[in-house]
Amino acid sequence: MAEMKTAAYICSGCGLGDQLDIAQLSKIAQKEGKMALVRNHEFLCNPEGVQIIRDDIEKEAVTHICIAACSRRAKTEAFNFPEVAMSRANLREGVIWIIAQGNEHDEVRQEMANDYVRMGCAEIKKMKLPQGNPNHANNKRILVVGGGVTGLTAALAAAETGYEVVLVEKNNQLGGWAAKMWKRVPFKQPYAEPQETGLVELVAKVSSHSRITVYLNSTVAETSGAPGRFNIKVAQESGSVTTEEVGAIVQASGFSSYDINKLPELGGGKSTNVVDQAGLEALACKAMDTPLKRADGKEIKSVVFIQCAGQRNEANPDHLPYCSGHCCATSVKQAMYFKNANPDVNTVVLYTDLRMPGMGEDFYRSAQDKGVIFTKGKASRVDTAGDACKVVFRDLILDEDAVIDAELVVLATGQVPNAGVDLEAWNPLVTAAESGSEEGKQKKVEMQKISVLNLNYRQGPDVPQLKHGFNDSHFICFPYETRRTGIYAAGSVRRPMDMLQATEDATGAALKAIQAVENASIGRAAHPRSGDLSFPSVRLEGCTQCKRCTVECPFGAIDEDEKRFPVFNESRCRRCGTCMGACPVRVISFENYSVDTVGNQIKAVDMPDEFSERPRILILACENDAYPALDMAGLQHHVYSAFVRAIPVRCLGSVNTIWITDALNSGFDGVMMMGCKHGENYQCHFVKGSELANYRMSKIDDTLKQLGLETERVATYEVAITDNARVAKLINEYAAKINEIGMSPMKGFN
Amino acid sequence: MTAIIATNQTILVVGGGISGMTAALEAAECGKQVILVERNSSLGGRTALLYRYFPKMCHPTCGLEINLRRLKANRNLRILTQTEVTSVTGQRGDYTVSLKISPRYVNSNCTACGECAKVVKKEIPNPYEYNLSRTRAAYLPHAMAYPQHYVLDPSIIGTPDADNAKAACKYNAIDLDMQVETIELKVGAVVWATGWKPYEAAKIQPYGYDRFDNVITSLEFERYADPHGPTGGKLLRPSDGKEAKNIAFIQCAGSRDQNHLHHCSRICCMASLKQTQYVREAYGEQGKSTVYYIDIRSIDRLEDFYRKVQQDSTVNFVKSKVAQIKLDEKTGDLILHGVDTEGYHRYATQHDLVVLAVGMEPESNGIKLPADLITDSSGFIEGSADLGQIAAGAASSPLDVNRATQSATAAALRAIQVVYKTSAIEEAR
Repeated sequence: MAEMKTAAYICSGCGLGDQLDIAQLSKIAQKEGKMALVRNHEFLCNPEGVQIIRDDIEKEAVTHICIAACSRRAKTEAFNFPEVAMSRANLREGVIWIIAQGNEHDEVRQEMANDYVRMGCAEIKKMKLPQGNPNHANNKRILVVGGGVTGLTAALAAAETGYEVVLVEKNNQLGGWAAKMWKRVPFKQPYAEPQETGLVELVAKVSSHSRITVYLNSTVAETSGAPGRFNIKVAQESGSVTTEEVGAIVQASGFSSYDINKLPELGGGKSTNVVDQAGLEALACKAMDTPLKRADGKEIKSVVFIQCAGQRNEANPDHLPYCSGHCCATSVKQAMYFKNANPDVNTVVLYTDLRMPGMGEDFYRSAQDKGVIFTKGKASRVDTAGDACKVVFRDLILDEDAVIDAELVVLATGQVPNAGVDLEAWNPLVTAAESGSEEGKQKKVEMQKISVLNLNYRQGPDVPQLKHGFNDSHFICFPYETRRTGIYAAGSVRRPMDMLQATEDATGAALKAIQAVENASIGRAAHPRSGDLSFPSVRLEGCTQCKRCTVECPFGAIDEDEKRFPVFNESRCRRCGTCMGACPVRVISFENYSVDTVGNQIKAVDMPDEFSERPRILILACENDAYPALDMAGLQHHVYSAFVRAIPVRCLGSVNTIWITDALNSGFDGVMMMGCKHGENYQCHFVKGSELANYRMSKIDDTLKQLGLETERVATYEVAITDNARVAKLINEYAAKINEIGMSPMKGFN
Repeated sequence: MTAIIATNQTILVVGGGISGMTAALEAAECGKQVILVERNSSLGGRTALLYRYFPKMCHPTCGLEINLRRLKANRNLRILTQTEVTSVTGQRGDYTVSLKISPRYVNSNCTACGECAKVVKKEIPNPYEYNLSRTRAAYLPHAMAYPQHYVLDPSIIGTPDADNAKAACKYNAIDLDMQVETIELKVGAVVWATGWKPYEAAKIQPYGYDRFDNVITSLEFERYADPHGPTGGKLLRPSDGKEAKNIAFIQCAGSRDQNHLHHCSRICCMASLKQTQYVREAYGEQGKSTVYYIDIRSIDRLEDFYRKVQQDSTVNFVKSKVAQIKLDEKTGDLILHGVDTEGYHRYATQHDLVVLAVGMEPESNGIKLPADLITDSSGFIEGSADLGQIAAGAASSPLDVNRATQSATAAALRAIQVVYKTSAIEEAR
C-alpha cells in the first residue's frame, strides 16, 4: 500500500458553523492532529463536498481521512470511500445537539468538539485499510448432516442453486421420521385432510441429483478447519473413512421421540395398546386407509389421544419442559385416519391448550366436523389391565374426575433434539482430563460418542446448545445466528417443529450456508458484522500462552497449537474483538480496530488541570445499542454533560483494561462503560461481551485502589438502544457523582 | 428521474418491514442484486412500532440497527421508499414491474437537521403512532428512520407551510415540484414481503372498539408502553388519562372466528402474555392483568414464558370468549360479560382498560395483486404457480418475528434459485 497521507474534512453545515469555531477545529486538525490536508466545507455530504474528498483520494493520494461532521451512523451513503481508512468525529449528534443552546456554553461546546477532532485524527493514524482475511479458502461445497426431511430439503435447495452437496445419513435409507409416516398435516389450502408426504419424490430427486453425493450408514467422525475449508472425515459402517472438503455445514440431525417407557403411569411400555404417535403411524401405514387395527389384530373402535404426554412439565425432571409444537396437529391428523376409515370410531383428544396456529385452525375445524371429540382435560393414569384401556383424567371444564375407555391410547410425546454433546457438561470434563484425571478422560471419550459433528475445536465437539438441548439461535431477529460460523442447525434439532416449518428452516439454512462459503471465499466476516474485511492478527512473540483468548472467544474461532499458542481461524471469526479485550499482553489487533486506535483517542483528549472544575469522563459504548442510543439522544435534543467523550466499541467484550488504566492515568475523572443487557436474556450479539466486560471490570477495583482512586471512577451500565432519554440521565447522574467525589488526583502526572 | 439498473438477474423485494429487509439482505449478502421497495417513507414496518419482543423482552430497534448497518454497507442493495408495485407482468426469470414512487418532497440532500419542522405550523395525526398523537407536517418518521430524511405531508403542498419549509432548508433538500413517478424495471424474481395489518377491531361489535375510548388494540397498547410513544411509556387510558392498572386482555379478537378471521393469528397469545409484563413493569404488585382466552398457544420454548407469566401473581387467566363489553358511565370503566368455561359460571368483571389482541390479516387484502399470485382463503400469499414470485414472512402466513425472518431467509434462497436457473439456461444457450 502507498504511503500514508492523512486528511481531515470539517463540515460547518447543520448548525456546526454557527455553534463552533471551525477555524479553531481546522487548526487543531493541522497542528495537533498533524493532518497533511485540512479542508472545510459548509455542506460536506452534498455531491460537491463528497467530490472534494474523492478528488483528494485520487489526485492527492490521500489514504486516511477523518470526517468531522455528523455521527458515523448518518450520511453513510455520501461518506462511502471503501478505498481509504476513515474515522468520523461526531460533532453534530455528539456535540451541538446535546449541549444546551446559548453563549454560556460556548466554551465547553468548543472544547468537546476540539477533543473529538483530536480523537478522530489520533484514531486514523493508527488505522489501516482492512485487506480481507488472507487465509481465506474457496471451497464452496456444502455438507448436510442428516437425511430426514430437513436434510433432504437443505441438500436439494443448495444443489438447485448450483452448489455441490455432500449428504451424510446414519441410517441405511433417506427420509428420517417422514419415511415412517402414512400422511402429513396439510400445508396448503384447503387444510381439511391429511396429505401425501411427498417423501418418495423428494428422496428420488436428491438421490438422482448430479450435484449431491449421498453417504448412507455413515457418520461424521471428525470436522476440522473453518468456513471455506472444512475437512470432514466420513465414517462408513463398513469401517472405511472418506475425506470430504466442504465450505459450510447444515446440521439437520433431527430429533428422537421422547421415550414412551418413561411414562408408565400413562401405560407407556406396559401394553401394546398404548402407543406413541410414531407407533400410530406404523399402524396407519399397515392399514392404508382401511380401519386401523391394534398389534393384536383387533379393529380399533375407540381411541384416546393424550396430548402433552411427558411434555410441558417442568415439575418432573424426567419430562420435557417445553411444548413440541406439532403434536396437536399430528393427533388431529391421526384422529382423521380413524374417522376417514370408519366414522363410527370414537376418537377423543384430551388436551389442555389446543395449539394449531395459522391455517391449522381450518384443519382443527375439519376434525370437529368429522366428529372428533376434543376434551379439555388432564390424564393422570391409564390402566391397561383389560382389553380396553381406562384413561383416568380430570375434566377441566366440568372440574371433576372422569374415566374413558379406549381400545387404543396414543401418547403425544415430544421431540428430543439430536444435538450431540452439551458443551456445558463437556467443558468440566476437559478441565478434569487436562489436570490428569483418568475418570475425566474416560467420561470425555464416553460423552463424545453422541457427538454429531466431532469438531476438533478447542471449545468442544458440537455447536453450543441454547435451551432444553436445542441448537437454537438466541436472537429473535436472526434465527440462524449460530455460535459456530459456517455451521447452521436446521429443523427439529434447532427447535421443536413440524414438517412445514422444517422445510422452511432447511431452505433458510441452505441460504446461510451458501452465504458462508461466499463470504469465506473473499475473506469477509459473517453476520452480524457482515462485509467486514478486517481480521484479527496476533503478535505471537509477545504471547504468554495464557489461553484467555481461546477460552473467551464466543465463536470458538481460536484453537491452540501443541505449545498452547493461539491459532486463529479467521473465517470462523466474527470480528467482535473479544480476544483483543481479553489479551493481557495486548498482542491481538485488527487493522482498523486495535488497542492503539482506541488508546490513541483516549490519550488525544486535552486534559484540563485539577483546578479547572472541568472533569473528563470517558464513555466506551457498544456500537450497536449504546452508541445509537447516544446518537438518538442527540437527535431528540436530550441535554447531557459536555464533559464526556464517547468512543464507540465493537463490543464491550473488546474493551481491554489497558484503555481504562490509560484513561485514568491520563487524568480522566471517570469511565462509563455502556453495553448490552447480560444474563439469561442477554442481548449482546457477540454473546458474552457485556458480561465479560462486567466481569473484567469487577477485577479492576484493586487496580483503582492501588492508584489511590475511588472505585466509582469506573462504572458499567446496561444500556438498550431505546434508552435515548435514559442515557442522557445516566450521564448527568454520573457527572454529578464525579463532581461529588472530586477531580482525579492523577491529572498532570503525564 | 430515478435511474436504476435492473436485469433478469435482479431480485425485487416488495415490503421493507423485517421480513422484506431480511429477504433483501440475505440475498444481497449472497452476492445477488436486490431492489427493495417500501410503500412508507422509512424501513422497519410494524416491528419498528413494537416496544419489546417476546420472549426476551428485547427491543425491536436493536435488530433494526443491525439490519440497517448491513444495508448501509451493502452495494448490491438498492432501496426505494414511498414506492408501490402497480403491476407485474411476464414470467419467472423475466418479469416487468411497474413502480409508482410518491413524492416525499425532500431529496437526499436532507441532513435531518430539523430546521424545516421548526417552521411548519400544521400538525397532522402521526402515522407512526397509529394516529394516537400529532406531529408537525414536516417530520422524521421516528428516531431510527431510514432513510434519515424528513418527509413533507402532501397536505401542506401549495400552502405557506411548504414555502416556509423550503426557505428554512439551507441544503436545497426540499423540492416542492416533486411529482409522482412511474418506472418500469426488469427483474428475475419477486419476493412479496408485504406483511400484515391488524384486523379492523370495530367490526367486532360486542367489544365496542368504536364506541368505548378505553377499548384499544394490542398494537396501540405497544405505543402506550413505549417510552418513545404518545404517553412517554405511561399506561394511561384514553378517556381520562387515568393510570390503567386493571387491564383485560381479550384473546382471539377477530381470530378463530368464522364471522371474522377464520384462522388463528398465532402471535396474539404471546403478545398478550408479553403485555401483561408491561403492566408489571409499570406497577409491580399494584397492577392487574386478566387474560380471557380459548387456548394459550405458546409453542416450543415459548412455553417457558407462559409458565413464568402463570406464576406471576398479578396475572389471571380466564378461559372464556368474552360475550360483551358494557361501559360503566360513571367511572369510564368497562364491564366484561361472559361465561368462564372452567366450571361454567357467569361473570361481569370491571376493568380500567381493555386491550383487544387483534388478529393478523394480510396487508395485501384490499390491494390488487398480480393475477398469477395464488392466495389462500384468508388472503395470505402462497406465491405464483411458476415459483418465480415467492411470499415471505407474515404476507405468507400469520407468523411471529422469529418465524417471519426464517421464512424470509428461505424466500431469499428461492428467489436466488430463480435467477440462478435463468442464468444457467442462458449460459446453456
